[in-house]
Amino acid sequence: MTETFAPVTRFAVPGRIAVSSRAAAEWQTATLTEVRRETPYAATFRFAVPAWQGHLPGQHLMLRLTAEDGYTAQRHYSIASPPEDSGHIELTLDHVEGGEVSGWFHSVARPGDEVEVRGPLSGFFAWPGDRPALLIGAGSGVVPLMSMVRHHRARGLSVPLRLLVSARSPEELIYAREFGAETTPVFTRSAPQGVPVGRMAAAHVAPLLAAQPEGGWEAYVCGSNAFAEHASRLLVQAGQPVDRIRIERFG
Amino acid sequence: MNVTRGFDGRPRVQNTGLPPGQYDAGDDWPVLSAEVTPDLSPADWTFRVDGLVEQPRTWDWDEAHTLPASAYEGDIHCVTSWSKFGVRFAGVSLDAFLAVVRPHGSATHAVAYSHTGYTTNLPLADLTGGRAWIAWEYDGKPLPTEHGGPARLLVPHLYFWKSAKWVAGLTLLDHDEPGFWEQNGYHARGNPWEEQRYSGD
Repeated sequence: MTETFAPVTRFAVPGRIAVSSRAAAEWQTATLTEVRRETPYAATFRFAVPAWQGHLPGQHLMLRLTAEDGYTAQRHYSIASPPEDSGHIELTLDHVEGGEVSGWFHSVARPGDEVEVRGPLSGFFAWPGDRPALLIGAGSGVVPLMSMVRHHRARGLSVPLRLLVSARSPEELIYAREFGAETTPVFTRSAPQGVPVGRMAAAHVAPLLAAQPEGGWEAYVCGSNAFAEHASRLLVQAGQPVDRIRIERFG
Repeated sequence: MNVTRGFDGRPRVQNTGLPPGQYDAGDDWPVLSAEVTPDLSPADWTFRVDGLVEQPRTWDWDEAHTLPASAYEGDIHCVTSWSKFGVRFAGVSLDAFLAVVRPHGSATHAVAYSHTGYTTNLPLADLTGGRAWIAWEYDGKPLPTEHGGPARLLVPHLYFWKSAKWVAGLTLLDHDEPGFWEQNGYHARGNPWEEQRYSGD
């Protein structure tokens, strides 16, 4: 007698793509080629990874640093660059208080340094550029969403894409100069003259759901757990189906 | 070995409880669920065990609490590299549920599933012998919703994505069927001591 598993509840958010287990298993050398400051707390690190197999917007990688005694520290980071940036990847990292990996990047790293990466990882938060995408992020949670925005632009895609991004202030809005008409920033501490200050609210989300494209939105939420809880509740309250909300929480 | 220029890392600690590639998260307990946290009260919670068993059975909250209480005090390990030491969970050993449904001899694996539809697969041997629990208390208090309350599966000797939050049931099978993260590139078993993070490991 053989049984197969038949879920009693509706299956949660399926993965978007098949992932390569081979790519995920191999560590590759990534050479730092450029550092760009984004905000007082965040910078973008550009790497040459000649054998990078490519990724989809929204995927992440694992990065490893090795000390002389063989001690290693590894972290998951979302990829900021779009797949079109062949042979290169960019990561945008906050300088975490006491962070041993982000601390090295912000205090020590310079072009020419080598680190190791494996990936891309996880097909769950990936956006292949097919379905209309409603992106909601806060702080450095905008990083994987920016890969989607850049991919959308690089390909000249006509599928609708909107980005709601929360930051404490205009100075702390990562990628501020790159945003276009697709993006609505929300400022929680200080804002330019005439722009309201406050937390992301139903008033930001409801109009986007009221004007849904055909087939509805695929929602991608990224940020701290507190933000992800808040934003996903706003989406549910506005009528977004739970099985079309993908959440990447930064831990 | 590819030494990173100028990288010293944290002060070395001789911690034999730390699996390879992990760090001690201290008091932090990151939440990494991929789906919307469900609004699930104890009154709405049920737990079912079916598949290759003599007597499929569904327990509600009160029925599950009549089973003998059992606790886990020890460590947990997340695939994203953090480990958390000295955590205390309380609930019921999975052995107590399985003793009621009586697995067939042909059952080798299980799919655990959540009230959200999340799934994860495990060898049956990882769920028996006092190594797995249905847990509803953390540190003497009700398990917080974002950590899987009212009740989650707890399999602390495997990476924590195996410990399904908001657990709704187990289906016993005679073969392995990849669950949610396992279909998304993660390892079928997830043993932190062998660093089985991704499917190629």
